[in-house]
Amino acid sequence: MLSIKNLHANIEGKEILKGINLEVKEGEVHAIMGPNGSGKSTLASVLAGRDMFTVTEGKVTYMGHNLFELSPEERASEGIFLGFQYPIEIPGVSMVNFMKTALNEQRKHKGLEPLSSSDFLKHMREKKELVELDTNLTNRSVNEGFSGGEKKRNEIFQMAMLEPKLAILDETDSGLDIDALRIVANGVNKLKSPHNASIVITHYQRLLDYIIPDYVHVLYDGKIIRSGGKELAFELEEKGYDWLKKGITV
Amino acid sequence: MQLRKVMEKDQDKILHEVTQSEYKYGFVTDIESESIAKGLNEDVVRLISQKKNEPEFMLEFRLKAFRYWQKMKMPEWAHLQIPEINYQDIIYYSAPKQKASGPKSLDEIDPELKATFDKLGISLDEQKHLSGIAVDAVMDSISVKTTFKESLADLGIIFCSFSEAVQEHPDLIKKYMGSVVPYTDNYFAALNSAVFSDGSFCYIPKGVRCPMELSTYFRINAANTGQFERTLIVAEDDAYVSYLEGCTAPRRDENQLHAAIVEIIANNNAFVKYSTVQNWYPGDKNGLGGIYNFVTKRGKCAGENSKISWTQVETGSAVTWKYPSCILLGNNSVGEFYSVAVTNNHQQADTGTKMIHIGKNTKSTIVSKGISAGFSNNSYRGLVKVTKNATNSRNYSQCDSLLLGDKCGAHTFPYIEVDNKDSIVEHEATTSKIGEDQIFYCNQRGIKTEDAIGLIVNGYAKEVLNKLPMEFAVEAQKLLQISLEGSVG
Repeated sequence: MLSIKNLHANIEGKEILKGINLEVKEGEVHAIMGPNGSGKSTLASVLAGRDMFTVTEGKVTYMGHNLFELSPEERASEGIFLGFQYPIEIPGVSMVNFMKTALNEQRKHKGLEPLSSSDFLKHMREKKELVELDTNLTNRSVNEGFSGGEKKRNEIFQMAMLEPKLAILDETDSGLDIDALRIVANGVNKLKSPHNASIVITHYQRLLDYIIPDYVHVLYDGKIIRSGGKELAFELEEKGYDWLKKGITV
Repeated sequence: MQLRKVMEKDQDKILHEVTQSEYKYGFVTDIESESIAKGLNEDVVRLISQKKNEPEFMLEFRLKAFRYWQKMKMPEWAHLQIPEINYQDIIYYSAPKQKASGPKSLDEIDPELKATFDKLGISLDEQKHLSGIAVDAVMDSISVKTTFKESLADLGIIFCSFSEAVQEHPDLIKKYMGSVVPYTDNYFAALNSAVFSDGSFCYIPKGVRCPMELSTYFRINAANTGQFERTLIVAEDDAYVSYLEGCTAPRRDENQLHAAIVEIIANNNAFVKYSTVQNWYPGDKNGLGGIYNFVTKRGKCAGENSKISWTQVETGSAVTWKYPSCILLGNNSVGEFYSVAVTNNHQQADTGTKMIHIGKNTKSTIVSKGISAGFSNNSYRGLVKVTKNATNSRNYSQCDSLLLGDKCGAHTFPYIEVDNKDSIVEHEATTSKIGEDQIFYCNQRGIKTEDAIGLIVNGYAKEVLNKLPMEFAVEAQKLLQISLEGSVG
């Protein structure tokens, strides 16, 4: 589904990603861990198409496409979803209207008719239950005045609505209390299928108590320095990152 | 809830329908017009009055205004750059030729004219009106047709062209014309008073709630022609009316002048709601052509507990100079001004309001949302004046500016004068840039940048758009989207 080969990217000349290699197949859950500043969020942004980063080297293939030939909205319509670390507020635009526009744009891209109002509302009701989202939130403006936890839950709600093939969750667990964490993780688990995949970026092992990854990768200084199964996460929790860094010449 | 559903459905439709960024009302109707020669002097003023077969008092009013205007100079205080206007190079009267003067039935209207208004989405055929809006359609210098006139008359409501009102209701015209905006008020008011050719008149008698929206649709068609119209709305005690105004003009390379006057009088407990969607041709991308829009709009809350509410969505014109205002004369009267002004490319707008508090316990609210893109300049200019006797009065003003791009300007010029100690005046202002973060967030959900801007801007202007009557709100949302296409990227 997603193949990243030797990906290098910089921001204003400063190299952040220094040769990433990663293969993600359908049905898999990958966790990317690493200390602050290692390039985790940059990787997520580059995959989503944020233009403040410049890709200097490497190749990313997604569902047979050269990813870099697709605009951010095309990537979204092709099924890439980014759960933002810091969700953006859009005052005056209701969640309902926002989601309806997004969903119908994606349907248009796929050559489908827009959903009727009643079908859309039905779809929304189902997904709201799935992520235990307060009914009032969808009537409010996009993320405006939402608490940190509500914003994160709203990201998962949007993911549920848009049913992506590849979900990239950028530190969705940061700033969540344990109940919110459980709800977010439940949402992710319920949406898991043999046909989609997710990349879960996290700082702590905590989230991985709830979302069981198939693979764990450690990102450090713009490179993946260790990959393994879920047991790697436990090892990291126990020993921290330092033991991995030791073998690396920076 | 039902309404909200409809709104959302329409919003969706808009996002899908609107794909071209061209000004879509730029066509010209090929119709035979009767125009007088270019230029302005006393004879022209007399000729206009004569063509309209006006009573003596009207001619006198015009001549006084003209003589006053001749002594005046064009105001220069606005934050606008306007090339010198040659007032001798303008045609002051141009009327589409019609079979009979003042057509009474639909059959008598030239099919070309009907087609033109159909194309603009304004049906002159009452049968086709499902939405309950009565229209006075004005093309160039004259009113073409007023719909639903008869059914409104049953309620005692007078809704007709200004010319007709001069003939049929001279006493009302004599009493109210110029009572809110005297011809001495300003340069363009004086010019309009001298040469105005038509417009709408609306009178709501005591205790009557007008059951449908009344509207005037202004269309400039002929080349080199200025449009000078007047609207006069009188609401007697306990009356209510919601009034709409729309306007478009063909795409032409030369600038055209539009100088209008709107006067509103609200007596005891009366409420007049006046909404405008201004979409005159804004000129092309390089700033060539477009309408110069110099308008004086003012309402007088003459009675106690009366209320006048202005809502405007300004997307068109090369230059806009316009300050819909309220004189809060009656005790406990209320004035409101809700505005969205969009400028793109080389458009310039200097717009705002004046709230003059004279009665006790008077209240005013100002919400202004400016949106600037391209190389445009957008200014809010407002005066809140609380006089000595207007004790216990309140004003709340909020002026927000949104910038799209870094070549445009947003300016705020608030003037506040308070002459008593127990009134409260609040002013809040913000300036923000549309965030790349916001656009990327939309992109990441599958929404294209153009649509994202439309969504964000409509959200930003929502507080004002919500004040518009349904039909207009939809139109306005479309307009915001179209006006800003191509402004980012």
